[in-house]
Amino acid sequence: MTTVVTANCQKCRFTDCVTVCPVACFHGDEEMLYIDNNVCIDCGACVPVCPVHAIFEEADLPEELHIWIEINAERAPGLPSVTEKEDPLPGAEARKAELGY
Amino acid sequence: MSALGSEQHPLRVAIVGSGPSGFYAGEALIRSGRTVQVDMFERLPAPFGLVRHGVAPDHAKLKEPIRVYDGIARNPQFRFFGNVTVGRDVSVEALRAAYHAVILCSGAETDRRLGIPGEDLSGSHTATEFVGWYNGHPDYRDRSFDLSREVAVIIGQGNVAIDVCRILAKTVDELKHTDIAEHALDALAESRIREIHLVGRRGPAQAKFTNKEFRELGELVDCDPVVEPADVVLGPESLAELNERSGTVAKKNLEILQGFASRPPRGCRRRVFLRFLLSPVELKGTGRLESVVFERNRLEGPAGQQVARGTGQRLELACDLLFRSIGYKGIAMPGLPFDARQGVFPTRDGRILDDAGAVIPGLYASGWIKRGPTGIIGTNRADSVATVGSLLADLPQLDTGPKPGADALSGLLAAGDRRVVSYADWLVIDRAEVERGAAKGKPREKFTRIGEMLALLGVPAP
Repeated sequence: MTTVVTANCQKCRFTDCVTVCPVACFHGDEEMLYIDNNVCIDCGACVPVCPVHAIFEEADLPEELHIWIEINAERAPGLPSVTEKEDPLPGAEARKAELGY
Repeated sequence: MSALGSEQHPLRVAIVGSGPSGFYAGEALIRSGRTVQVDMFERLPAPFGLVRHGVAPDHAKLKEPIRVYDGIARNPQFRFFGNVTVGRDVSVEALRAAYHAVILCSGAETDRRLGIPGEDLSGSHTATEFVGWYNGHPDYRDRSFDLSREVAVIIGQGNVAIDVCRILAKTVDELKHTDIAEHALDALAESRIREIHLVGRRGPAQAKFTNKEFRELGELVDCDPVVEPADVVLGPESLAELNERSGTVAKKNLEILQGFASRPPRGCRRRVFLRFLLSPVELKGTGRLESVVFERNRLEGPAGQQVARGTGQRLELACDLLFRSIGYKGIAMPGLPFDARQGVFPTRDGRILDDAGAVIPGLYASGWIKRGPTGIIGTNRADSVATVGSLLADLPQLDTGPKPGADALSGLLAAGDRRVVSYADWLVIDRAEVERGAAKGKPREKFTRIGEMLALLGVPAP
């Protein structure tokens, strides 16, 4: 089991997720966040707080998003840790509306 | 004089309670960029609150935040004072005099009552007692639960209810390599329970399980989930709730429930009955619990505001053991205002309020004692960051004179030969637990008596 950040985070990066992570497993580049699944405890605290439904536990991950398991695993460990709320990317609200949330 | 929180004038904060909200408050203070001294007070010799004594033993991963707390505790700006009960050994007033600020993170230690006849019959227990017992909490070490009969009922459908259910439903082999307390494993090994009823007053759309915990009930080695087909058919209001943004978890729960309802039973030794729209109205028995009487409910009201209303129709279920898990409340602290109905300190943005609704300077709260028993471990991190944010914003208004911190309390702390347990002391206990667990293939075997823990630190038995 793992928990992953998926495509909806791109162009948004709201970072609400990091505020409820009990083990600081989020890492980020300029585009989005990723979960380090070696650290994540699959508690699911981040899933409901994402304004754009970008985060899934593996059991609930739609088939077309399965590629994100590998992307998170590859990207997260090499990127800086994000543990505090940051401003979303410019245009995040518009993107959120576009995604229907 | 230099500013409070500078190297010359450190900010001294006392944190009461060593669970997640306490540690995340400590972390937020240490990371604030100010010079701080954080002193954490805990009534037990062992830290970590509900991560140690609440999280179920078979959920090892959910205990990993302890690694984070260990990192915080090893920070030179942090000190642990275990085996000290604030409100008894040290008053909140004494803490306020010794520190610039006090953050209460004492959690929700007691259960809500059903308020029905027979509630205190032998065989009727709180979920808290059972959870504390199987997790080796010293307060519950000597409780006993009669597992020699066949039917157990759990009132409530939150994650604690599901934990209790799962521990009752699992085989010993599924538990013996966890950190479950030895006395509990021995008792569960003799359990003759065959039926567990997990009962909610509302419908499946309103159950508070998280998906993962709910799904797990279908993955037990020797236990079948049982669902009445009628219970998975929802009314239009409940269906509307599931399609709301807030209904994502409930929608998935319904899918899981439908999965349980449609799969053929495997003929397991135990069965978990998921039951809905039932409120207990009486526990019956002569001398001990023999049955529970439920009233059947229906949901009334518009989507999102549906309430369970009794229909008058009653049904009686023979049972031998009952646990109530319908919510938790904090306990009042001598000298502090308390909202007894909610079981929390009255607060605004984490600042504790007096009876007139005015902020009491320097007193803060976080976690379940602030917001009530909602959310999971990580929820407390955001909560504590918010409370510490209020505290830091208040720095100019706090009593900014120098404060002595725990040094001024040493007389109080050592009164009556009490052994104050430092973090280094705790690590001695921790190592001993891990060592004796390793012999049995367990991550640890907890010490379940305070005297045993103190004996490891050289304190003679009384």
